[in-house]
Amino acid sequence: MKIALLSDIHANLQALEACLEHARAHGARQFALLGDLVGYGADPGPVLDRVMQLVAEGTPCVRGNHDAAAVAPPAVAENLGEQSAQWTHPRLNAQQLAFLSGLPLTARMGMDALLVHASADGPERWHYVADGNAAERSMAAATRMDPAIRYVFSGHVHEQALYFLTPTAKLMRFSPQPGVPVPVPPHRQWLAIVGSCGQPRDGDTRAMYALFDPDAATITFQRVPYDHMAAAAAVRAGGLPAFFADRLEKGR
Amino acid sequence: MKLLTPGTEIDGFVVHECIHAGGMAHIYRVGYANAARNPGFPLAMKIPRMTAGDGAENIVSFEVELTILPTLSGHHVPRFVAAGDLMRLPYLVMEYVEGRTLQHWLEEHPRTLTPEGALQDTADIARIGSAMALAAHSIHQQNVCHLDLKPANVLLREGGSVVLLDFGLSCHAHYPDLLAEEMRKAVGSPTWIAPEQVVGVRGDLRSDIFAIGVMLYEMATGELPFGAPATQGGMRQRLWMTPAPPRQHRPDLPEWLQEVILRCLEPEAAQRYPSAAHLAFGLAVHFKRWIKAAGMHYQPSPLPARQIEQVPIVMVAVPHDDVTDATLYSLREAAARSLGIRPGARLACVTVISPSASSTSDSARSETMLHRTHLARLKQWAAGLDLSRHSASYHVLEAGDVAQALVRYAEGNRVGMMILGAATHGLQLQRFIDTVPIRVARDAPCTVILVKQQLPFEQLHHSATAAAS
Repeated sequence: MKIALLSDIHANLQALEACLEHARAHGARQFALLGDLVGYGADPGPVLDRVMQLVAEGTPCVRGNHDAAAVAPPAVAENLGEQSAQWTHPRLNAQQLAFLSGLPLTARMGMDALLVHASADGPERWHYVADGNAAERSMAAATRMDPAIRYVFSGHVHEQALYFLTPTAKLMRFSPQPGVPVPVPPHRQWLAIVGSCGQPRDGDTRAMYALFDPDAATITFQRVPYDHMAAAAAVRAGGLPAFFADRLEKGR
Repeated sequence: MKLLTPGTEIDGFVVHECIHAGGMAHIYRVGYANAARNPGFPLAMKIPRMTAGDGAENIVSFEVELTILPTLSGHHVPRFVAAGDLMRLPYLVMEYVEGRTLQHWLEEHPRTLTPEGALQDTADIARIGSAMALAAHSIHQQNVCHLDLKPANVLLREGGSVVLLDFGLSCHAHYPDLLAEEMRKAVGSPTWIAPEQVVGVRGDLRSDIFAIGVMLYEMATGELPFGAPATQGGMRQRLWMTPAPPRQHRPDLPEWLQEVILRCLEPEAAQRYPSAAHLAFGLAVHFKRWIKAAGMHYQPSPLPARQIEQVPIVMVAVPHDDVTDATLYSLREAAARSLGIRPGARLACVTVISPSASSTSDSARSETMLHRTHLARLKQWAAGLDLSRHSASYHVLEAGDVAQALVRYAEGNRVGMMILGAATHGLQLQRFIDTVPIRVARDAPCTVILVKQQLPFEQLHHSATAAAS
């Protein structure tokens, strides 16, 4: 049974739908959502409706920093992220806001997987897991939580990466090739950054997610083309900063 | 891990004798307990030595092999069969390949400084060297670098090809490198390791070319180019050291062979052959020229497959009924083009007639008469071809199933390329039924060229209708 791991959807409806469809076509029967459902993108309401439907069907979902900001946006926006939180908040209904504020910071999936948006080491502080040392701290915190945890699945950082624990207790970073199932045997510990579904920033406009197959012990990082021009047009039409639209058009 | 006694059963495999007891693992001949599961080739089981006293390194290297071997295919690796759970019962079952290692070969062929052996030695080195390079190229094409090539890991098959063994230190470009943590520490065998591996760079295919160079050097001179350093410092010499030219040890070696070997051993990877295929080609080309220049005839050819490709049998299926002149013309053009670029190619013109066409009572339709008529048609068709540099033959086949007859002829005569009409007038039907060209293209053992009817006839027809309207 394959599980599709999606993170950083960022209110990008086109990207979300393309990834869900791609995942189902590739055998995903279960989903997990790793936070930052909203922010930056033009369709927070429709995205949350889809997400709430998935969660009602049993999909685990954790909270991201943008989800927290959309619930309680600052009075004065100091950066583009906060500006988008101010834009998002009034566009959500009470039910959607209640859903966002009820999201947990971490969730378990099966016996051996932990879901956390940023780092398991202080999930509410939103540390970026961008290198081996940060990954080591997140993995160590997960192990303190429960030594049975073999997999930590995260987002927050918008590039796909796989960190693995070596026998000398160091975490090594690996840049996966999209579409290749990578063996992740459970006798080691693995930390996967699944990349951003709705806000790619590595110069490639395609959406990202990952397919985890616990039975075969493999993870396949995916890149999915979607109608990014339509998503960018929606951002402009919605009156969000044009920079967010440019970003989707360039994947940067 | 103590030695298993023959007859022990592991996960459905019966263990036979131990064929190798190395520092890292034991290797046994095994078979399926249930003989019906036997895959049709002999099997070997590798079991890592993992008692409390053994280091962590050999279990990681076993894990690496367990991960990489199943991804590899082709004639140059043992086929992967099964693996046990690494935590519970680690083992790896693969094809047992008959042959002897290059290590044995080196022991049986001690280098001597007498000049008589030079021709034979050079021939051996060129042959085994290109076989090793082609084997390395095959795994490189599958995104794997071996990184531990040495005579014990090179198996020479009876037919002359090479199988690479032991992928415990290998690196797959699409998988996390479990040995990468050994950064700044050399992972490999000191005698054959490339300079970049000494400083922890893993995954450059040119590291394998370096290791092949070390083996060629030993085959040529009986000496190791860098000795067998026992210390990290000794290995670091490799970063700058150029070995003594092979001809210092063996003055009768041809100069080109020395150049090939030294190019493999360049300390800087960018100065080596860019791929193992280039190395194989370099060895083969130089060797052929050298033999020619020396006025010697050497048999067999070092690369028979390539030679076969250069002189194929080209078969043309010439239809006899329901065929337009334009189709026959186009077939002839295609045959002329195919022969034109292959000076040694041989032409076989084939036509298939129905068995019911002949009659035992009507003499005009007797079998011999029919054959004669069709042979004459074939020769007439071929008359427009320049066959001065090609041999040609004509064949009339009798069969009810045209496609099957053509495919069988191609199989039986090792045809390298078949040319036939694409039967475009039946295109609409081809979606629903298997037409002759479709079946031939699918079933033929060789390249098939489907020829479409060309100008000028179609053009003439169009201009004629245009003029009429």
